[in-house]
Amino acid sequence: MEFIFKKISSLSAAFILVLLTAVFIVLFLYAKPAIKKYGLHFIIDPRWDVSVPIKEKTPTKTNNIKSQKNKNNNIEVSDADVLAALGITNTNAKTETIYGGLVPLVGTILSTLIAMLFAVPIAMGIAIFLSEISPPLINKPVGIAIELLAAIPSIIYGMWGLFYFGPFISHIFGGSSVSLLVAGLVLGIMIIPFMASLTRDSMNTTPNILKESAYAMGATKFEVIKDIIFPYARKGIIGSIILALGRALGETMAVAFVIGGVFTFPKKITDPTVSIPVVLANNFAESSGMSLSALFYLALILFILSFIIIFSAKFYFLKNKN
Amino acid sequence: MSEKLEKVMDIKNFSFTYNGANKPSLKNINLPIYFKKVTALIGPSGCGKSTFLRSLNRIHDLYPGNKYEGEILLKDIETGDMENILKYKKENELIKLRQRVGMIFQKPTPFPMSIFDNIAYGLRLMGKKNKKFLEEKVEEALKSSALWKEVKDRLKDDARGLSGGQQQRLCIARAIAVEPEVLLMDEPTSALDPLSTLAIEELVTKLKEKVTIVIVTHNMQQASRVSDWTAFMYLGELIEYGTTEQIFISPHEKRTADYIAGKFG
Ligand SMILES: Nc1ncnc2c1ncn2[C@@H]1O[C@H](COP(=O)(O)OP(=O)(O)O)[C@@H](O)[C@H]1O
Ligand SMILES: [Mg+2]
Repeated sequence: MEFIFKKISSLSAAFILVLLTAVFIVLFLYAKPAIKKYGLHFIIDPRWDVSVPIKEKTPTKTNNIKSQKNKNNNIEVSDADVLAALGITNTNAKTETIYGGLVPLVGTILSTLIAMLFAVPIAMGIAIFLSEISPPLINKPVGIAIELLAAIPSIIYGMWGLFYFGPFISHIFGGSSVSLLVAGLVLGIMIIPFMASLTRDSMNTTPNILKESAYAMGATKFEVIKDIIFPYARKGIIGSIILALGRALGETMAVAFVIGGVFTFPKKITDPTVSIPVVLANNFAESSGMSLSALFYLALILFILSFIIIFSAKFYFLKNKN
Repeated sequence: MSEKLEKVMDIKNFSFTYNGANKPSLKNINLPIYFKKVTALIGPSGCGKSTFLRSLNRIHDLYPGNKYEGEILLKDIETGDMENILKYKKENELIKLRQRVGMIFQKPTPFPMSIFDNIAYGLRLMGKKNKKFLEEKVEEALKSSALWKEVKDRLKDDARGLSGGQQQRLCIARAIAVEPEVLLMDEPTSALDPLSTLAIEELVTKLKEKVTIVIVTHNMQQASRVSDWTAFMYLGELIEYGTTEQIFISPHEKRTADYIAGKFG
């Protein structure tokens, strides 16, 4: 019996590893054409779905429909477009479509960063309030409310962001009602309940007798929280932050509504831009060939980015103390 | 026992009721605590020993709604006056009280920090920052609690890596580092093995040169080994109080005699 149990549990653990590798391999295989064509330059190339003439000059009669219907109302206009607009009939030039991942990559990192900067202090505050300050009478209902908020599907946060929160923010900070800032804040709001309830749970694992010992030394409530509860629950708290970070990095629906979905660099925090999951969700249906492969390349980058961030966070915070 | 006895605490007509309880857990307790003596509190489980001890540093105040009645007087070292600690209202008065009346718990409670930081914790709370001063005080406290030799080479290690007995001595060192006038101990050896228990008992005997100790124990031998005065409690009341010798050899009350003889508890 024990043998079987051991076998099953180690099989389940192995399954996770297999799954992880399988996902990685699939992403890699589909992304391979794009990886071959653009290499690592993909990461620093801000152009997406932009037609450029091919360097070699072989005058053939091909029309450049592609460059004319530049769907992504991109400010950067390709050379071919300029020439066409000027009436210079260089329409013989061959064009190719370029895909680069810099804009969504930056959008993902910045929106997540804004979300974390906004969410961590508030979530910690809520957790401290619930575990150490609020009377039991308030504790229960607020705790339940937080758990309900954490369970709301992200698309609802997105809709709320689009119709209410975005206009509200643009009213205060100016700029567009869909923007990097709105996306970051909606993401932040979405992960706050989740982070707060996990953090509260780990703070609650601090034994009463330990807290009492600190009070018995003449510590104040603030000192007990800072010196005893936080260090004691450190692992759980950091774990909850990392889990929330992972959710923010990969969040699609909440962000899709409020980030704008345009392939431009945000010059200000209130400008619209795009993030990797949003690009994937918006473009998958209509993509094939190289554009599909480029999407897989983006997905692979997101996968590796999450991996690196979460691993370095774990390594940095959980290993290097004492 | 012909030496002059000096009271450091005096408990008068003290009753205590927990929040929401319909009757008091402690009823009309009268008890002196003598300076630089060890007072043992004995009695069957649930008789109110911990409740009483936890009143002496007002740690009960962490939880709302508990009711104190009567007086708990503590001597002011400077003026020599006895001050009623139940009158304290402000947070800083309670903090000051807890620095003067330290506490050791049933289980060792090392803080999640290094050995050094554990011992320096109370001093730092008092605003002491000078590194040299802290180092001296930490060494002194560790020596007084017979832990210095074992930990002097690993002061930077996490205190939770020590053995149970070492952890409890660490807690004692931490408590005496702030030089309290009274040290409360609530069954400090109940989670320890016999050898560690012995080490703590020796420590208690040694420490009373410096600090007044009130110790709760359900171990009769321990009470007789370490204490000068013994109080026997039963169902929230103080049944008998006297020198340890008198309580153990010729108790006046039948219940005391029965308890000591192991007939109940
Ligand atoms: N937090 C509490 N709330 C209400 N009653 C309590 C609480 N703690 C202890 N009591 C009650 O007070 C009485 C004395 O308990 P305690 O002081 O812990 O006894 P002892 O330490 O002598 O074993 C017991 O009847 C116990 O049930
Ligand atoms: Mg007890």
